[in-house]
Amino acid sequence: MNERTLGAGKIMAAIAGNSFREAIRDRWLLSLAGFAVLMAGAALLFTQMSFGIAAGALINFSLAAITFLGALMAVLLGNQLVAKEIERRTAYALLAHPVRRRELVLGKFAGLLLALTVNTGLMGLALLAALSWLQGGWHSGEGAVLAALYCVWLELALLTAVSLFFSSFASIGLAAVFSLSLFLIGNFNGELRGLGAAARPGPGRWLPRLVADALPNFGGLNLTTTASHYLPVSARLLGWNSLYVLLYGAAMLILSAVIFEFRDLK
Amino acid sequence: MYAVECKQLTKEYPPGWKPWRKAAIRKRALDGLDLQIQPGEIFGFLGQNGAGKTTTLKLLLGLIHPTSGEARLLGTPVHARSGVEMRRRVGYLPENPYFYEYLTGRELLRYFGRLSGLRGQTLEQRVEARLEQLGLSEAGNIALRKYSKGMLQRVGLAQAILHDPELVILDEPMSGLDPGGRREVREIILELKRQERTVFFSTHILSDAEQLCDRVAVLEKGKLRGVGPLSDWQGSESGSREIIWRQADGCSEAALQKMNLGAAQALPEAGKYRITVTSSQLWPALDAIRAASGEILKVEPARPSLEAIFFAEPRPNHEAAPVQRETTA
Repeated sequence: MNERTLGAGKIMAAIAGNSFREAIRDRWLLSLAGFAVLMAGAALLFTQMSFGIAAGALINFSLAAITFLGALMAVLLGNQLVAKEIERRTAYALLAHPVRRRELVLGKFAGLLLALTVNTGLMGLALLAALSWLQGGWHSGEGAVLAALYCVWLELALLTAVSLFFSSFASIGLAAVFSLSLFLIGNFNGELRGLGAAARPGPGRWLPRLVADALPNFGGLNLTTTASHYLPVSARLLGWNSLYVLLYGAAMLILSAVIFEFRDLK
Repeated sequence: MYAVECKQLTKEYPPGWKPWRKAAIRKRALDGLDLQIQPGEIFGFLGQNGAGKTTTLKLLLGLIHPTSGEARLLGTPVHARSGVEMRRRVGYLPENPYFYEYLTGRELLRYFGRLSGLRGQTLEQRVEARLEQLGLSEAGNIALRKYSKGMLQRVGLAQAILHDPELVILDEPMSGLDPGGRREVREIILELKRQERTVFFSTHILSDAEQLCDRVAVLEKGKLRGVGPLSDWQGSESGSREIIWRQADGCSEAALQKMNLGAAQALPEAGKYRITVTSSQLWPALDAIRAASGEILKVEPARPSLEAIFFAEPRPNHEAAPVQRETTA
């Protein structure tokens, strides 16, 4: 193979590597240190409670914190993935190289997803360590915690794809507002469906359902309650969640790439 | 095959989202540009702010899409599928480059080198060579957020020539550089010419264009005003002569008025003066200088600077223009 011949994969890997480095050097991973301190403090606090309640409270608290910090990172960095490249004009030099626009979009997504994976993974390990310390060892129900952590990661991956989609055509500020709004609404997806089901036949019934179907179902990916009660999580549920995120996320990425392809870099 | 070729290249921008305006006015940033640049040329692209220079360069690199017309670089249509691969043979320095501030200069060059297909030892050698060439070896490990504007310009130039491109497109390459930096960039551009590379650069620093360019094009309000060798541009004022003389004991303004040479200009070197006269005024002016004990140093045909051409009012009679008009209003 010619020395100069780079496949699309290598181009995307180079862009992903740079995107990951940006996330790290923006000191986002410092949130990990804060999270570890939070875990230690929470574990100490929860020792005052009885064993069952303490573990459940720690899981609830930790998963909420992991989701919150991860979502913040996904939205704030995800919205900048393309918009910042254009607004700061770094995309000019980048796209003057033999880089296709879709490779830029996918590479940036992969880089941020990698940073989120590291972030979520390390915070998950901190949670498991705190749980182990609180309980004096491993508990059989921790499979549910691992499943919930996996679903948090799925949630963040989907949110990153949604943020990237808005980033491909809106400014950084607007994209942040859009994606954060969608994240909040998406977390109440079940309530939206319930609203439709309780309504009389007509638009009041089908409109909420239509909206709930169209918007990303972040609420469906949240297994915090299941994990805090150490309830079993079926492989089927995890499979469906994975497939849902894969398909919805892919649709967002394809739309982002198509929009960015036709966009003028002013 | 031309290094750069534009055929009726036009770019219009929409007026923005203004639903209350029924008749939306589209802004025409570039209007039917026809341009050919030969391989190995140093070609200057001149024009005032907003003339359409950067728009043209962005169109050539596929950063924006043309409204109509066609652009080719190194024989390949820019907006075709093959345009992406062609960019391996092109280097580009954007205007006021802004790079990833969290990277060091060395990391930035490695990153762009990888995107251009360079790897391993070749990449490392090129990075070090370019840092050395641009005087950034010591600053190579400093984060770009700590770079001055001139240093950013240099690292931008380094990334543009890192992969040894056949065609180098530079948008205001001298911008932000001190005189020493400008001289270094001029030397790099001349070195690229020696290596038979094509250099296409936009500038508003006309002395740089005068020193470097084989040909220049002047763009005005999106339209090409003219293109040609500098000698064609500068040899237009037929009949005018420039006299330079020395007046040992200096010359007051009153004395110049008395000599009927009120329009003379004192040169930085003490006692030297310059005046441009028509052929009918030449001998009376020389007589007046001699009569005032002035020493004639030089008499030569007056060649207007690019500034004079650049800022001149458009001439109504195009046939009297110094170079062939390629497009007309």
